[in-house]
Amino acid sequence: MEDRLVIRGIEFRSRLWVGTGKYRDFEETKKVVDVSGADVVTVAVRRVNITDRKSENLLDYLDPRQYKILPNTAGCYTVEDALRYSRLAREAGVSDLVKLEVIGDERTLFPDTIGLLKATEILAKEGFIVFPYTNDDPIMAKRLEDAGAAAVMPLGAPIGSGLGIRNPYNIRIIIETAVKVPVVVDAGVGTASDAAIAMELGCDAVLINTGIAGARDPIAMADAMKHAVMAGRLAYRAGRIPKKLYATASSPIEGMLL
Amino acid sequence: MRLKVNGEIREIRDAATVGALLESLEVQPGRVAVEVNLTVVKKAEYGSFRLNDGDEVEIVNFVGGG
Repeated sequence: MEDRLVIRGIEFRSRLWVGTGKYRDFEETKKVVDVSGADVVTVAVRRVNITDRKSENLLDYLDPRQYKILPNTAGCYTVEDALRYSRLAREAGVSDLVKLEVIGDERTLFPDTIGLLKATEILAKEGFIVFPYTNDDPIMAKRLEDAGAAAVMPLGAPIGSGLGIRNPYNIRIIIETAVKVPVVVDAGVGTASDAAIAMELGCDAVLINTGIAGARDPIAMADAMKHAVMAGRLAYRAGRIPKKLYATASSPIEGMLL
Repeated sequence: MRLKVNGEIREIRDAATVGALLESLEVQPGRVAVEVNLTVVKKAEYGSFRLNDGDEVEIVNFVGGG
């Protein structure tokens, strides 16, 4: 059965999206991306090293014709900075995609959703395809959709924490009733079961960086995440059984020896 | 010409335009973005966008990130 993910006319082959931060080198990054099967990779925008021009470029390893490059505005704490990085990203890259982050606090890296909403509105008007990194608040998700977000990216837990999906009920409400745009869980996925849970809730995709990059064997974890996302999606589509407090026998009573 | 490039003050002789600056810094123009005094310069304008003494230039590219 066909199960395509299309956002603003762009078709996504994989429901696992991966970040490219924290890897040993570009070689390892490329291996992880290939094993994960992801066609979306997030990147950050930073100063070119102008004193050592021998340094390599990430895009030499991840060809933009093969992968969808999704630049982020990580490290931005104000609307102005997020707009500045988004506009630079568009000029450095090949698309209008931006994973918009407006961070509100250094320790938790929780989003400043008021700034996020403002930046989403401005960038959407400028023709950007905005993927805002938000909290798990259904009302805010709706506001972001109304402001022109192409999808919403609620956090499962703080970035890099590996705490998993801390509020599956809110994520479900975001998916089921709050928004019509796709929902991509971003941040917090620590291991394969977390990714599967996100997909079982009905998320359209999951974005993982630290959960893979920080594993003892990142390449093996990329493989695990790929299978978890596929399994979770299949289970969601298959429709799980309702949870009940008491047992229901699987074997018939009829034909038992009395 | 005295320019501030990526936060460092530099004396660069051949930097009449953004294109010339990138060439003198040996930066491939294809995979970077350039900002002059907080305004993003379009790639098509690198050859014609003139730089002036004291301009603040930022040259960025993509790095690993989440």
